[in-house]
Amino acid sequence: MMLRLFIPFDAAALAVGADAVAAGLQAAATRRNVAVDIIRTGSRGLYWLEPMVEAETPAGRVAYGPVTPADADGLLTALLADSAHALRLGPTEEIPWLKRQTRLTFARCGIVDPRSLDDYRAHGGGKGLQKALSLGPDAIVEEVVQSGLRGRGGAGFPTGIKWRTVTQTHAPQKYVVCNADEGDSGTFADRMIMEGDPFVLIEGMAIAGIATGATKGYVYIRSEYPHAVAAMEAAIVAARRRGMLGHSVAGSAFSFDMEVRVGAGAYVCGEETSLLDSLEGKRGQVRAKPPLPAHKGLFGCPTVINNVLSFASVPIILDKGAAFYRDFGMGRSRGTMPIQLAGNIKHGGLFETAFGITLGELVDDVGGGTRSGRPVRAVQVGGPLGAYFPRALFDTPFDYEAFAARDGLIGHGGIVVFDDTVDMARQARFALEFCAIESCGKCTPCRIGAARGVEVVDRIIKNEHRTANIEVLEDLCNTMKFGSLCALGGFTPYPVMSELTHFPEDFGAQPRLQAAE
Amino acid sequence: MKTGQVPWNKEVALDRIRECLDREGPLLPILHALQEEFGYIDEAAEPLIAEALNITRAEVHGVVTLYHDFRRAPAGRHVLKLCRAEACQAAGGDPLAAHAEARLGVQMGTTAPDGSVTLEPVYCLGLCAVAPSAMLDGRVVGQLDQAQLDALLVEAQQ
Repeated sequence: MMLRLFIPFDAAALAVGADAVAAGLQAAATRRNVAVDIIRTGSRGLYWLEPMVEAETPAGRVAYGPVTPADADGLLTALLADSAHALRLGPTEEIPWLKRQTRLTFARCGIVDPRSLDDYRAHGGGKGLQKALSLGPDAIVEEVVQSGLRGRGGAGFPTGIKWRTVTQTHAPQKYVVCNADEGDSGTFADRMIMEGDPFVLIEGMAIAGIATGATKGYVYIRSEYPHAVAAMEAAIVAARRRGMLGHSVAGSAFSFDMEVRVGAGAYVCGEETSLLDSLEGKRGQVRAKPPLPAHKGLFGCPTVINNVLSFASVPIILDKGAAFYRDFGMGRSRGTMPIQLAGNIKHGGLFETAFGITLGELVDDVGGGTRSGRPVRAVQVGGPLGAYFPRALFDTPFDYEAFAARDGLIGHGGIVVFDDTVDMARQARFALEFCAIESCGKCTPCRIGAARGVEVVDRIIKNEHRTANIEVLEDLCNTMKFGSLCALGGFTPYPVMSELTHFPEDFGAQPRLQAAE
Repeated sequence: MKTGQVPWNKEVALDRIRECLDREGPLLPILHALQEEFGYIDEAAEPLIAEALNITRAEVHGVVTLYHDFRRAPAGRHVLKLCRAEACQAAGGDPLAAHAEARLGVQMGTTAPDGSVTLEPVYCLGLCAVAPSAMLDGRVVGQLDQAQLDALLVEAQQ
């Protein structure tokens, strides 16, 4: 039997040497005149074990990692002789970190060959689309509404309601746009899906097209993701060739096609209306709402615009039914969330689980604390616009409302861990500086507020009229929060205020803010 | 990634512009195509694009200058991007960035006087679980430490 190996082609696995490991194993096999079949997959998301090599065995895949090129020869010997090896992690599915997850959106990521539509179908792909075609537009929308799926990009707006608005808006041309401008630091789930299971995104967008009457789709991918761009483009070509896209989607009367568009390094284009302007070839500037994109979106046409994870969750919802998906989660946060553990963390990676797990479980238990071995001091949840949480709030359950109640947000599900060497005043300065650089300039609170905010934090750090300047900073944050057009200016106060509130000692302030809570 | 770039040439530019004209919202694809061809967006390209799309030169200029990706001058022979966002900050990215600036003798966002390398900040490569991260001419590197960074700097200075 030919030895079949699976090695990730995911960008983060490549960044730690997956290509060299694949080449090393191939060379070792050639030297021994042994045939090996190396299949490049996405990543399972256990990044501290990357490059992780999996071998096919009669009992399922067995994982080894982290493998270095120097390990290749010895690993091949162990694989051929079925003998022990120091890097052997056991059957992949039994690795506790993976086993305790609920992988719905990421069911195939790291398992299938992302370039093979046959492999996709062999692992359950395509069933959601078949079901959608049998249901028809209104029933598809109803299924998505009933599933409780909310926008995974960060805003958490019910996906089905968005779709229904587009379905009910009559126009000769409608669009489906996928927001793959995953700019938040600490997030990489969209990248992983596009690199590891791109057909699920195509399927989700095609279903959205059928449901709403849109015939054209765009995936707007940030330019910092060249591997994802290549993977999506290849998958679209394959899907078109096999009739999953085109004039007759999967042999039906529905027409839907799509293409990739590449961003150009503007963080604000992750905001949906500036993304639409960018797609139209304009400066990526935020639009005032209304009109909603569902009424007047891309080129003024009704447009469904959702995040990668929202679309990628739709096929399984259609396949298994709304109730199946809705049964996971808590409160108004239904289903699963692909949570991304990042920064100074021992076990970083993609952890998909039902809503409701606490922040402390995620950071200490799943994540294993810091990689530096020092105590965890703070975690930033939800990207550059998310609040910093101290250990005292680690009992917060991962849920849209629970985070909002504590002046935070789950955003796109990224958690960045910091140890006790972090200086929160510097992080506050960074949040404002980032906002100042990335502001599209359309509204004053964001454009001017962020720049003034940096200056005020600088004065606080220099101990110039500290108490008075902290008051100015709070006032400025309020103006930005309530006066900005979009989440960039509106949410930058979250990290800043959380730092002031929970870590006043870093600003040299009296603990007055805590007492005021 | 940067090989094959040619000096600014109006005819070549017009060809690349025309290739994009049948696309919806062609301006960003045009700018990407020109940058891929020449390594930057020459100022002389702006009136050509404006005429092809029947928009004002100011509109084209406004788009070119909003996006960080579009260069106004050619980059160095190599481009080294260091991720400066929160996840990489948490994992020790700040001292690495300072080290790179000191070793190359250039500030973040500028090109070495000998034209060897452009050092750029990037706000997230999506490699946050293997932070700190970098990208040298399109090749990604994670779990960066000073020794690895030094190796990248040597490569970049060639």
